[in-house]
Amino acid sequence: MRRFLCVGAASLIVLAALSSFADPTFAANDLGAAEKQAINPTAIIMFLIFVMGTLGITYWAANRTKSAADFYTAGGGITGFQNGLAIAGDYMSAATLLGLSSLVFSTGFDGFIYIISFFVGWPIILFLVAERLRNLGRFTFADIASYRLDQAKVRTFAAIGSLTVVCFYLIVQMVGAGQLIKLLFGLDYAVAVVIVGVLMVVYVTFGGMIATTWVQIIKAVLLLGGGSVLGILALAYFGFNLDFMAAQAVASHKAGIKIMAPGSLLADPVSAVSLSLGLVFGTAGLPHIMMRFFTVPNAKEARKSVFVASGFIGFFFLVVAVLGLAAITIVGTDPRFFEGGKIGGKIIGGGNMPVMHLAKALGGDLFLGFLSAVAFATILAVVSGLALAGASAISHDIYARVIRKGKATEKEEMRVSKIASLALGVLAVVLGILFEKQNVAFLVGLTFGIAASANFPVLILSMYWKGLTTRGALYGGLTGLISAVVCVVLSKAVWVVVLENPAPIFPYEQPALFSMTLAFLVTIVVSKLDRSASALRERDAFDDQNVRSQTGIGASGAVAH
Amino acid sequence: MSNQIYARVRQNANYGILVKKRGRLAFILSALVLVSYYGFMMVVAFAPSLLGRPLGEGMTLTIGAPIGAAIIIVSWLLTGVYSHFANGEFEELTENLIRETAE
Repeated sequence: MRRFLCVGAASLIVLAALSSFADPTFAANDLGAAEKQAINPTAIIMFLIFVMGTLGITYWAANRTKSAADFYTAGGGITGFQNGLAIAGDYMSAATLLGLSSLVFSTGFDGFIYIISFFVGWPIILFLVAERLRNLGRFTFADIASYRLDQAKVRTFAAIGSLTVVCFYLIVQMVGAGQLIKLLFGLDYAVAVVIVGVLMVVYVTFGGMIATTWVQIIKAVLLLGGGSVLGILALAYFGFNLDFMAAQAVASHKAGIKIMAPGSLLADPVSAVSLSLGLVFGTAGLPHIMMRFFTVPNAKEARKSVFVASGFIGFFFLVVAVLGLAAITIVGTDPRFFEGGKIGGKIIGGGNMPVMHLAKALGGDLFLGFLSAVAFATILAVVSGLALAGASAISHDIYARVIRKGKATEKEEMRVSKIASLALGVLAVVLGILFEKQNVAFLVGLTFGIAASANFPVLILSMYWKGLTTRGALYGGLTGLISAVVCVVLSKAVWVVVLENPAPIFPYEQPALFSMTLAFLVTIVVSKLDRSASALRERDAFDDQNVRSQTGIGASGAVAH
Repeated sequence: MSNQIYARVRQNANYGILVKKRGRLAFILSALVLVSYYGFMMVVAFAPSLLGRPLGEGMTLTIGAPIGAAIIIVSWLLTGVYSHFANGEFEELTENLIRETAE
C-alpha cells in the first residue's frame, strides 16, 4: 500500500514534467506574474533524483513510524548534529536564498542588515528557550504553554496560534514554489503547486518526522554545498578580493557608493526596531522550529543542535551576502539577464532571480539546473516541516487533548494526524492557487509578527514567570494575535497595495513593536489581576515545572528502536 | 511520586547553585548578543554614516561590513561558549543532582 503510493506520487510527477515537455503551447496561454521559461532538463533530472531519493527514505521511514512519538518527533532519536542540520534545513528557505540575496543585489548594505536580523534570533533561542523546550515539551508548543495552565483553553489557543502561523507561512512557500518552479522548470504554476502539495503530504503522512527530518538534512547539505560552490566561483571571478568585488559593485550599481552604507530601507527607526523584534523573537515562536527540539533525546543534544544549526545558518547567510554583492556586477551588467536586453530594466523572471542568474553566469546551464533543483528541494523541506507542525496541532492538541480529553488511543490520534496533514496539503494547494497573483511579501512579516506576538510571549512567560495564569495567557495571546493581524491589514502592504486604499492607517510596515509589547502587557496585567482559585494553583505549580525545565527530571526520553 | 522528587530537588543546595550559575551565563550571553545587535541597529537608524566609512585608505568596503559579519560570527561563537559550559560543567551538576535526589 505504502509502496504503491510512493510509486504513484513519483509517476505523477514524472507525468507532469513530461506533459509540460510535450505541450508546446504552454507559454502562450500563460499570464502569471513570473514569466515561464523553456524547460530545463538538467533541473528536472536532478530534481527527479532528489524526489526518488527522498521517496525511498519515506518508504524506509514509514516502516519505522509505529507510534505517535515516532510520527511527531522521530521517537526523540535524532542526534544533536543531525537535528542541527535539519533545523538549518528548516530555516534556510528558498526565501532566504533568493529573497535575501536579491535584497543585497538591489539595496546593498540594507540587505545585509536584514540578513543579520534573520540570524540574531538563534543565539537567543539557545540561551533562553532550547533546553526548556526539550525538558517540558513532548510533541507540540502547546505542551509547554499548557503545562501548568488550563489544558483545554490554553491548548486550543496555542494550537490556533500555531495553525495561523503555519497557514500564512504555507501560503508564502506555495506561491513562491509555484512561481519559482514555473520559471526554473518551465512547468505550469498550478502543476508546480500540486506537485509540492502531493510530495509534502506523502512525506508527512507516511514518513512522519523521520522522513521530514531526513528531507531537511539532505536539502540543507545540498543548499550549503551549492551555495558554497557558487560563493567560491563568485570570489574567484574577482580574484578572491572582496574589496575589488565591492569596488566593481559600486561602479555597476546605479546608487553607486551609497550601497556600501545603510540607506533608505531602514531609515525609519520605528520600522527598523519593529522589524528586528519580529525577526529575532518571531523565530523562537515558529511552531515548526520549536517542534524540532522534541526530536532529540535530551537537553544536551538540544543545545548541541542549536550550536550546529546556527553555525551552518550563519555561514550560509554570509555566503548569501557575498552572492548578492557579486550579482550586482556579474548579473547587473549582463544584458542576457534583463528583459529586452536593457541593462537596468526589469530582471528576467522578477526581482527574486539574481542568484539564479548568477549561477547561470558563473556555472552555466548545468549549475543553474542544479541550483534550481536545490531551490525546489528547499521548498519541499520547509513545507513538510510546516505541515507536520500544523498536523500535530490538530491531532495532538485539538483532537486528542481537547476534544477527546486524553482518552483517544494512539492509533486514533495518528489517524487524525494523517487526515490533518492531507487536509493541510489540500488547503495549501488551494491557497497557493488563490494567491497566485497576489504579492505575498507582506505575509512573511505577518508570519514572524504573529509568531512574535501570539506564541512567543505566552511561551517565554510560561517558562520564566511564576505569575502567569490561564486567563492572562489567553487574553495576552489573543491580543497579540489580533493586534498583529490588524496592524498588518491596516499597513501599506495590505491596506494600500492589496485593498487599494489611498493611504495606510497603520503607518509602519512591521507590527511586532506594538503587537508584541501589547501582548506582554496584557498577559502580565491580566495575570496579576487574576485572583481565581485556579490561578493560585497555577502559580503554585510553577516551582515543580521549573525543576523539570531546569533539570529534565520527568521529561520524556528517547524511544529505543 | 514525582512531586516528592521535585520537592527534594528544590531543597538541594546544588539545585540553587545550578539554576543561579546557568541562569547568569544565559543572561550575560543574551545581553551581549542583544546589546551589540540593537546597538548596531541604533547606529543604522540614527547615525548611518558611521557605518559608511571606508575600511581603509582607498578601499571601497566600509566598516559596516566587518562589523555586521562580526555580529553573526561572534554570536555564533557565544552559542559555542554556552554549549561548552551547559553541556560540561552544568550537565555534571545536573547529573549529580539527579543522582542525589533519586530514591
